[in-house]
This record gives sequence, C-alpha cells and structure tokens, in this order.
Amino acid sequence: MKPVLEVDELIQDFGGLRALNEVCLTVHEKEIVALIGPNGAGKTTFFNCITGIYKPTSGDMFLTVEGTRHRLNGRKTYEITALGMARTFQNIRLFSQMTVLENVMVGCHCHTHAGILSALLRDRRTVREEQDTIDRSYELLKTVGLERHWEDTACNLPYGAQRRLEIARAMATNPHMLLLDEPAAGMNPHETRELKELILRLRDEHNLSVLLIEHDMSMVMSLSDRIYVMEYGSPIASGTPEEIRHNPDVIKAYLGESRDA
Amino acid sequence: MKRIFKALLVAVWFMVLCSPIMGLHVNPDNSISFLWERLVALGIGIFFASLVWDWYFSRVQTSAVHMHMPKGVTATLGLFKQKKTRGACLTVLLLFLVAIPFLPVLGSIYQISILISALIYVMLALGLNIVVGLAGQLVLGYAAFYAIGAYTYALLTTYFGFGFWICLPIGGIMTILFGLALGFPVLRLRGDYLAIVTLGFGEIVRLILLNWVGVTGGSHGISNIPKPGLFGMELSLQSNTIYLYYLCLAAVIVTIITISRLKNSRVGLALQALREDEIASEAMGINLTRVKLMAFALSSAWAGFAGVFFAAKTSFVNPASFTFMESAMMLSMVVLGGMGSITGVTLGALILILVPEYLRAFADYRMLLFGATMVLMMIFRPQGLITGERRKYHITALEGREEQA
Ligand SMILES: Nc1ncnc2c1ncn2[C@@H]1O[C@H](COP(=O)(O)OP(=O)(O)O)[C@@H](O)[C@H]1O
Ligand SMILES: [Mg+2]
Repeated sequence: MKPVLEVDELIQDFGGLRALNEVCLTVHEKEIVALIGPNGAGKTTFFNCITGIYKPTSGDMFLTVEGTRHRLNGRKTYEITALGMARTFQNIRLFSQMTVLENVMVGCHCHTHAGILSALLRDRRTVREEQDTIDRSYELLKTVGLERHWEDTACNLPYGAQRRLEIARAMATNPHMLLLDEPAAGMNPHETRELKELILRLRDEHNLSVLLIEHDMSMVMSLSDRIYVMEYGSPIASGTPEEIRHNPDVIKAYLGESRDA
Repeated sequence: MKRIFKALLVAVWFMVLCSPIMGLHVNPDNSISFLWERLVALGIGIFFASLVWDWYFSRVQTSAVHMHMPKGVTATLGLFKQKKTRGACLTVLLLFLVAIPFLPVLGSIYQISILISALIYVMLALGLNIVVGLAGQLVLGYAAFYAIGAYTYALLTTYFGFGFWICLPIGGIMTILFGLALGFPVLRLRGDYLAIVTLGFGEIVRLILLNWVGVTGGSHGISNIPKPGLFGMELSLQSNTIYLYYLCLAAVIVTIITISRLKNSRVGLALQALREDEIASEAMGINLTRVKLMAFALSSAWAGFAGVFFAAKTSFVNPASFTFMESAMMLSMVVLGGMGSITGVTLGALILILVPEYLRAFADYRMLLFGATMVLMMIFRPQGLITGERRKYHITALEGREEQA
C-alpha cells in the first residue's frame, strides 16, 4: 500500500501551550483511519495544520497524489485543496444563506476555470462548464441523499443533513484524501449508520483515503482500518481497532474517562 | 405593568441624558434658564416610543410576524418573476425610460438632469454592491473612486482636450489601479478595520484634491469641463442633456447586465461564498486574495465610470461633491435595497435620490427623515427591500425526466 498522507513529528505551539507534540501519522491509499482522543487533545488542530490554516511550529507534511509527493508546509489552504485534500468542519461551516446546490457548486471552484471576462461574455465554453458544474453538483447531492433539497437554503436543513452537505461540498473538490471532523456529531443512530455506509461507498467509488475524527466508538471501531489515539497533543497509541480496544493506555486515557462521564 | 415601568425608566434616563443639550438655555446675558416643558415633552415622547418598541418586539417574538411588502409592490414583482410577462414588462419599462425626454411632464432639462444623477447613482450603487453586497466587504470610502473618475475626466479634457469616449476607459483604468493599490494592503482586514481604512482612503483622496491647488484647483474645483459631443458636433444644452440621459441609461443597462452576469458566474459564486465564510471558502479551493482583488478592481472601475459621467453632466467638479456623506449615501442605497440583490440596489438608489428631490418642501428635515427611514428599515426589514433574489438553475437530469412525464 502506498502512503497518501504522511505527517512527521508535527509540533504546534500556541504561546506556551503545545497543542501538538511530535505527531506522526500516515494514511495509505483507500484506507480509512480514525483519529480519536478526549476533547482538547488537539485533533482539530491537527486538521488545521495539515490543511494550511495554522502554520505548524515544526514537522513535515506530505501529500502524494498520482505518484507525485508534495510537501504541504508553507502552502496556502486553497492550494492544498487543489492538490487533492478536502475537509469538513467540526462546527459546521456551510455557506448558510446560499442554496444547497450552490454550496456544492462552490466546491467545484478549483476544477473550473471561467474568469471575469468569460463570465461577462458567456461564450459557449463558459455556459457548458457552468452546466457541467450544476449537473455534477446535483449528482454529488444524490450520493449523499440530499437531491430533494437542492433548492433549499443551506441553513434550513436539519443538522444531520448539513453534515452530509459538508461532505458533498468537500467531495466536489475531487479529493484523494478526505478529512472528516466529527461527522457523526449530533446524528441519531440511524443517521450514523447511513453515514458509515456513505463513507465506505465514497471510498470505493472515488478511490478515496479517509482520515476521520470521531467520538462515536462503535462507528470508529467498525469503520476504521487503523486508529490513532491522542491525548494532550501527544500520540499515545496506534493500531488496528482490535489492538486499540485492548491497549491499556488507551483504556485508561480515553475509554475509561468516557465511561466515567 | 412591567412594560410601563420599563418605559418610564427609559424616559427618565433619556431626560437625564439630554438635559444638558435640551433642557438648558444660556441667555445672551449669560444667565441660564431651564426649559422644563421641553424636557417633559421629550420624556413623554420617549415613554410612548419605548412602549411601542417593546410591544413590537414582544409581538415579533410571540407570533413571528412576517413583514410583507405592500400588495402593489408584490403584485408587480410577481409579474416580473413570471417568465412570460417579464419580457413584456421590461419592454414597457424600457420604452417609458426612452420616451422620458419627450414627455412634457418629465421632459424639462431640470427633470432630466435629476434623472441623470439618479442613473449615475444606480451605477455607483451597483458597483459598490459587488464588493459590499456580493463579497461582504464593508467599504466606506467609495466616493474616493467616484472622485478619481470625475477628476480624471475633468483634468484630461481641460488640460489635454481628450474626448469623452477616450476618458471613459481611462477613468475606469485609473480607478482600477487605485482600487488594486488600496486592495493589496487591506486584504487582510475585515469588517470594522476594512471600513476604517477605506474611510481613511476616501478622506485622503478628498484632501489631496482639496490641497493640490496647482492641478485640481483646490476647493474651487475645475469648471467649464467640456460636455461630450455627438460625433464631433457641439450640441445645445437641451439636446446635450438628452444625449447624456441616453448615455447614462445605456450605461445603467450595461451595468445591470454585467453585474447580473458576474453575480451568477463562477467568480460571483466564489464572492458570495467569501461573504458567508472566509475559512470555508478557502478550504473549498478559492484563492481569497485573487477573488477579493477582482471584486475591488471591478467595483472601483464602476465608480470611475460613474465619475466620468458625473463630471460630464455637471461640467464642474470640486472636492465637496465627494465627501464621506456621499460614501455613506451609496452604502445606504445598497443596504436599503437589499445587499446583493440587483433589483433591490437599483430601487434603493432611485428611492434615495428621487424621493428627496421631489420632497423639497421637507428639505430641512431631509437628514431626519433619512435617519428615521434607515432606523425603521433596520427594525422591520434589516435584510433590505428586496431579498431572496435567487438564480434558477436547470439540472439536465431533471429536465429530461420532466419532459418524459
Ligand atoms: N488558535 C488557537 N489558539 C490558541 N489555542 C488553540 C487554538 N486552537 C486550538 N487551541 C488549543 O489547542 C488545544 C486542542 O484543541 P482542539 O484541536 O480543538 O482539540 P480537539 O479537536 O481534539 O477537541 C486546546 O487546548 C485549544 O484550546
Ligand atoms: Mg475538535
């Protein structure tokens, strides 16, 4: 298996706080990897670092797309997205006043080309590109089961649907690597089951690698190929779900804590 | 009971606050007299106002009342929305606009020049709408670009004898350059900070125009700016005004087409995404810097064009025409009409220019009425007159199915 995302000794300091402490992580082709850990462990910070929103203090990050290995350090967020890594947000960040379809259309931005001049002239090529964008966005809405809502305003969608719309929007950027930040948060068990099937389907149909942050243990255990566990910014364990389930450190740090809660 | 008490408290508070301004009067012989009746009147007024206010909000909260536009407006808009009648409506409207100079009621030079300035403001408001309404960036110094356009025309025609049609694109290019020059450093700023910096830019431009006496004539401005001729012919004042009116009308139509195309394009969608959420739109692969600069440049170009038209119309420019009040007025047009909505912003500009012109009788109260309208708008329709203007998308997969059915 070839690696897609490689992160080496990533450190992120916020003033005196070390939010990430030498985190190493690898995701291979078509692999689903989970990143778990108590609240405040630094999982979201990790996503923000590899997507260029934060500038990490030190460490190396690489994304391999179609045989080419790109160093991610110092790249802008939109460049990283264009390379082929897309994400969703823990606190949903949809374009809330725009329609569901338009949200996904925005995701197509980095693979379309029409500039201002072609917008004003509306030549055949521009019109065709636009229609392709519309149709492709609608297809993506179908994949996540939101096609009936395509004309609705995004903020009027129920919570679970908003999370799926975020996934559709991220998929519109044609990613090789998809980062999901707590995609099942706020979903009921039925929706969570559907979400799991959706992730598996996307992986198979789009040759996708997935890195997901999730608190729902049954979902994490049944979905992931491998799991990384973090606590206070430091990686404390990694392995298959079976290994993680029996790792005493993890039980102490994470599962034990959540059982008390 | 609780409400009455609250209103009473508000009234007393206001009376205390306003007593130095409204309750005291210094007589010419330096003795001070207290104007109790005025204070009491103020208190009573505030008392009832706050009661009404409170009542309105409790009503909004309990029953979620939706404000509707007057029936006539909704009906007319309905006609516009239907595809079949829209074409006819637009034709009638256009014919009317074209016929205006020949109508005896509206056809005097004075009326036409009012209409010209209304059209110029429509261009300005639509231009500002790109950056404020679509991209969501609060720009307060828009009049500066308007001034740069106007002075470009004034200087080029008086010093170098350039014609109108050469000055129009040069005015646009000049303002684009200034827009980019301002855009680069301020791109990192957002919201209030951007507003303050652009406000400062507006003042700087005005002060330069005011103090660079050798070139701009300082506060005397530049007068006797040649009016555009028609194919080299000199026109009489009457026909020149009519000619300019048609030019502005054509410019507004071009503006509307351009901006609605822009709004519905890939770039327009990116701008709207940027307005909603900068981090998310960057994560969707949008190059924020580039898109923002584009919005800045395009928006300032429109102010430049409008400035050229303005200078051509008045044949006189001075810095007093480009004060902060102008910028605030343009922003009000965008907000009043409905941010991002092209119909709304056009309507907002027309209302804010034409209504004060035809209510000359209330000239003294103009600012008061203006302020009151804005406050009422913010309470009842904070989203502006026209909202929910959405583009219709056609999905190929669905079209096929509908045809089969
Ligand atoms: N921009 C920031 N500035 C300062 N501290 C931050 C910032 N972002 C995150 N942190 C801190 O980093 C730690 C990890 O946060 P986060 O990554 O959100 O945790 P998780 O997603 O695992 O719940 C927290 O202590 C948080 O307060
Ligand atoms: Mg988090």
